Amino acid sequence: MCGIVGLFLKDPTLEPMLGDMLTDMLITMTDRGPDSAGIAVYGAETVGNAKLTVQSDTPDADFLKLDIDLRKLVMGKVEMSTKDTHAVLEMQADQLDIARAALGNLRPNVRVMSRGDTLEIYKEVGLPKDVASRFDVRTMSGTHGIGHTRMATESAVTTMGAHPFNTGPDQCLVHNGSLSNHNSLRRRLRRLGVHIETENDTEVGAAYLTWRMQEGATLGQAMESALEDLDGFFTFVVGTKDGFGVVRDPIACKPAVMAETDQYVAFGSEYRALVNLPGIEKARVWEPEPATVYFWSHNEAPTSKEKAA
Amino acid sequence: MQSFDLEAQGLRVLNSTLNAQSTETNQTVWEVTNPKGSHAIAVGLDAPLEVNVKGSTGYYCGGMNKQATIHVHGSAGPGTGENMMSGKIIIEGDASQYLGATAHGGLIVVKGNASSRCGISMKGVNIVVQGNIGHMSAFMGQSGNLVVCGDAGDALGDSCYEARFFVRGSVKSLGADCAKKEMRPEHIEFLREIIAESGVDAKPEEFTRYGSARTLYNFDVDNAGAY
Repeated sequence: MCGIVGLFLKDPTLEPMLGDMLTDMLITMTDRGPDSAGIAVYGAETVGNAKLTVQSDTPDADFLKLDIDLRKLVMGKVEMSTKDTHAVLEMQADQLDIARAALGNLRPNVRVMSRGDTLEIYKEVGLPKDVASRFDVRTMSGTHGIGHTRMATESAVTTMGAHPFNTGPDQCLVHNGSLSNHNSLRRRLRRLGVHIETENDTEVGAAYLTWRMQEGATLGQAMESALEDLDGFFTFVVGTKDGFGVVRDPIACKPAVMAETDQYVAFGSEYRALVNLPGIEKARVWEPEPATVYFWSHNEAPTSKEKAA
Repeated sequence: MQSFDLEAQGLRVLNSTLNAQSTETNQTVWEVTNPKGSHAIAVGLDAPLEVNVKGSTGYYCGGMNKQATIHVHGSAGPGTGENMMSGKIIIEGDASQYLGATAHGGLIVVKGNASSRCGISMKGVNIVVQGNIGHMSAFMGQSGNLVVCGDAGDALGDSCYEARFFVRGSVKSLGADCAKKEMRPEHIEFLREIIAESGVDAKPEEFTRYGSARTLYNFDVDNAGAY
């Protein structure tokens, strides 16, 4: 099963409520998957800065003076805010790769959840209501966000097996379904030098999109080619800095419902996830077509990087 | 009329109350408010009730229905009317995947569009859709009629048996062993009756009939060597 929710706000007055609305949507989907939950939120941007969201199973030890230790290695300020097992490290955008590389030596047990200008990903084992409250997701504001609750099929129930997966700067992927050729694809990608951490099928899907984009494809083109190269069932929702995209496999067994009003575009694995959104009674509600790539963007003139092929 | 607030009173109470109604009940008309996409609304009914659901439903609304008329004033989720035996389901909005799967009898009317696998493995139900239907509809359909006033998606009637399909618009592609067939007077007559009963907007003469070419499920002696 698995449950996916997504919310893309057109009306800026709703932005302070994004975390609250997404949390309610995700909790409604709890019975589609109780194993782990995660949320990706695209918040405010500080021009010139970027963020690493990191996770540790021993946050007290690992996050202690992490900002000070990093500050010695990168230029400019490093600001850290910790929430439970996660910490967000904000620094000059051009220092992010240096910090990321240094983390492995400084804190070997710290894992990178996301990187980007506005993206923060929080995910842990547990129910959506518990994960959301641990990370205080309800208070988060943002322009758009994606949530996932997992019923594990292809790999272990761990933090690293939880969704969303970070596919590139400010990009993330959530998945409902199961990929059947993930072992062969993982071998192929690893031979090409792509780093894949776990035995999880969705991580391979995420790595596949990252690799295609590194090879020069737009996100839209990468999603189109995923329809050719990924075998199995999937409804994917992909987050970008400016919006989100949706694609379903050609068989489209995995459910997907969309709703659009003047205020927002919302995605849910089921209509139940959408019922408490403002003005849902008057919304245009539809199911995305199989094997069709959809995009919504805040950017009125989308760059080639995010524009659907 | 009996009124039931699903949000306040809960699904189990609703279904056990409706299931407790006998064929002689005087409480024949029910209104269900706040469905909010809940699953399994009004399943397993076996009495001549009229259930008006004021909003959109989730999975399996009206599943296994006998005798009752269930009217969804919204859109319906996956598996609506699954294995229905008799009675009627009317959906004012759209219907999600596998509408009327394996249903044996009765009538399902969709005023909007139906999604993929509409009427999959249908076994005698009549399904009428005012709009379009998705891919793999009526896969392995055995008996009954699927009437589509709009267009049909890919692989209509794949591996079908004796179910009949009437499509007014285009068919994106026919499934294995599904073929176009001639419209005879009895088909026009059937369509006239079911269009009137369903209250959809169409004329019988506008439809094309499709059905099994009967080459897949009959034993062909030329294939004997394969066994």
